[in-house]
Amino acid sequence: MTPELTIALAILLLPLFAFVVLVFFGKRFSSISGYVGTTILGIDLVLALYTMFTKLNASVPVWNMSFTWIDLHTMINHVPMKLDIGIMVDNLTAPMLVVVTTVSFLVHLFSLAYMKDDVRYSRYYANLGLFTFSMLGIVLTNNYLLMYVFWELVGLSSYLLIGHWYEKKSAADAGKKAFLVNRVGDLGFFIGIMIVWMQFSTLTFSDIFSSIHRGVVPFDSNTWLTAAGLLIFCGAVGKSAQFPLHVWLPDAMEGPTPVSALIHAATMVAAGVYLVARTFPMLTADALVTIAYIGAITAFISATIAIVQNDIKKILAYSTISQLGYMVMGLGVGAYTAGVFHLVTHAAFKAGLFLGSGSVIYAMHHALHHLNDHHTDAQDVRFMGGLKKKMPVTFWTMLIFTLAISGVPLTSGFLSKDEILAGTLAFGHFTGHTIIPIVGFFVAGLTAFYMFRMLILTFFGEHQDAHRAEHIHESPNVMIIPLIVFAALSFFAFYSFNPISAGSGWFFTKVTAPAVVVPEGVASTPAEEFIEEVHHQHSLAMMISVGVSGIGILLAFVIYYWKKISADALEKAMKPLHTFLYRKWYFDELYDATAVAATIGIARVLAWFDAKIIDGIVNGAASVTRIGSVVSGKFDSIVVDGAVNFTAYFAGFFGLLLRKVQTGKVQTYIIFALIGLMALLALYK
Amino acid sequence: MILNFMTITLTHFLLVSAVLFSFGVYAVITRRNAIMVLMGIELILNSANINFLAFSRFGGLNIEGQMAAIFVIILAAAEAAIALAIVLNIYKRFNTVNVDEVSILKD
Repeated sequence: MTPELTIALAILLLPLFAFVVLVFFGKRFSSISGYVGTTILGIDLVLALYTMFTKLNASVPVWNMSFTWIDLHTMINHVPMKLDIGIMVDNLTAPMLVVVTTVSFLVHLFSLAYMKDDVRYSRYYANLGLFTFSMLGIVLTNNYLLMYVFWELVGLSSYLLIGHWYEKKSAADAGKKAFLVNRVGDLGFFIGIMIVWMQFSTLTFSDIFSSIHRGVVPFDSNTWLTAAGLLIFCGAVGKSAQFPLHVWLPDAMEGPTPVSALIHAATMVAAGVYLVARTFPMLTADALVTIAYIGAITAFISATIAIVQNDIKKILAYSTISQLGYMVMGLGVGAYTAGVFHLVTHAAFKAGLFLGSGSVIYAMHHALHHLNDHHTDAQDVRFMGGLKKKMPVTFWTMLIFTLAISGVPLTSGFLSKDEILAGTLAFGHFTGHTIIPIVGFFVAGLTAFYMFRMLILTFFGEHQDAHRAEHIHESPNVMIIPLIVFAALSFFAFYSFNPISAGSGWFFTKVTAPAVVVPEGVASTPAEEFIEEVHHQHSLAMMISVGVSGIGILLAFVIYYWKKISADALEKAMKPLHTFLYRKWYFDELYDATAVAATIGIARVLAWFDAKIIDGIVNGAASVTRIGSVVSGKFDSIVVDGAVNFTAYFAGFFGLLLRKVQTGKVQTYIIFALIGLMALLALYK
Repeated sequence: MILNFMTITLTHFLLVSAVLFSFGVYAVITRRNAIMVLMGIELILNSANINFLAFSRFGGLNIEGQMAAIFVIILAAAEAAIALAIVLNIYKRFNTVNVDEVSILKD
């Protein structure tokens, strides 16, 4: 094993070490468990940075190491069936390692203050460690098998962290919902993996891709290749909260806010996008179009919902879904690097937004607690306002994040969003699906609008309650520092020295789309042509994008800051639409009425079957056995015992009779002897 | 069997002996006193003696019959001594010589 891969393995195992230590010894050293976790993650971050810099400057395309885990010793299609597992680092993995460890480290740091008085402080940090380990596992693995294992592990740690405050029923329910909805997607993922295994007898990415490149496709049918790609994409639909499985992510906001920042904004939900990027070489044109549409629909639906939400974390949750839709759409249209790039930039500013909202909630919560007010919702933007003066650092960092997500020039979000939009324009040019770029631009405008709505309602104007405002203070330094770091990372300079185009930056030159291996007829537009077209469309995309973002921001200021148009009047005028959006397009109700109701219905039928038929059979068998035993018992006690007792009684009876003969008197014996003698004489006379 | 009262034959001896034996047995069976039982035994032994003498006179046993009778007398004397010792011990143990009350043999 090369030293580079040893370090990569260390990056993977350090958080696991933190998890094990905190799980077994955390309770005893509860007060320092946070520092233990944070320190280990700090080391992890340094190692990840080192790995990224070495890898991006290395000439070898991939560092790979694997060994045979299970050898079935059988051949299928002259290919030995064996399961290889291992880790690899390529130019996609390396930045992902840094993204995961950076966000994780800063969230660890932020939580030192945010979770200080929590009842399960050490367990919280243990779960963060488990999550980081699993997420790094997804990023580092070189095969679908380990990918699936870590996939489920992030699901588990997500479940544990959403339900961190499990005393609250809504939190426990949200954890369950996240887990179950993810199962639906994971089932598809699993079937996809099985199709791949059936055909290629290997689950290692490079082996699968080289087989397809040689012209081997599942069951000799390109349709099956499309199906396999889309089924694997199902996993991403679940994990990255894409339509129609997006319903779990808003509920997942029941978890602690730093968890939302780490798992439900920056890393785990991006795992789906990462999966699509990993699977990218084997996706056919049909599969990619479907993926692009799913992403566009997701981006649109959740952006419309985000406009009318009042809970600060719900707004951010829907914004996350919308941005994930963007990434998926980017990958779907073929803008591979742009999609992954948006993942990276989004991780920084969305984690920042969540931590900023955590800072606000923290301050609100303390103020409310101080005033003994247990009725006001600390997360509702309608009760905020005017926090700009009270929390200047939080405000300025939040402003930078909001500008970044809105796609304002000089920010990282501007760079990545533009590349995706240019990609959609190129896609529309090649395939004629012009609805995708239209949705893309529309959502960009919506994003700018609802993000500024949130920012204005939270920080501008006057606070809703002057008395409460006196008790609101800036958050402690350990919470401020991560915000500042994320704010710095939201500037363009980290990704490209050209503020209007990322194309010449390190990310675009290093993280390039892998060679597509699908057969000629079903492949999408060749990468060279596509990139050429993207360059043509770039300035157009930039202009429209800045335009719609400007309109969105302006509209937000007109309605919520200058109040030229009354928000309440708008709400009244479009009451049905508002209700429709406020109830989240009735997705929860729809699923409750169909999937949940059907499941419960089937469960009821099965329960009835179980209680009546199965239990009936079991109870019937029991009764038959009981009756049989009673009969057999009676036979035993009467007939068998009777025979035995009768024998004993019979023997006793004769014993009693004969006992009389034994008088103990010598004279009696003499008489018997005489009688005997006489009898003998009579017989032998 | 025709009894001829004029001549005393073996039959007469055997008859006397049988009667004496029967008396002895009767005494052994019916008497309660252990001493009386012993006396019954003496009668039985003496009836045997009469038989020995009768067969010595009429049967051809000759002097051997008489010798056997003398042995029986000696034996009776010895037997009486032992038996009386046993009776004495029974009396010491049970405070009675009533054979009906000495029934520990049945245990």
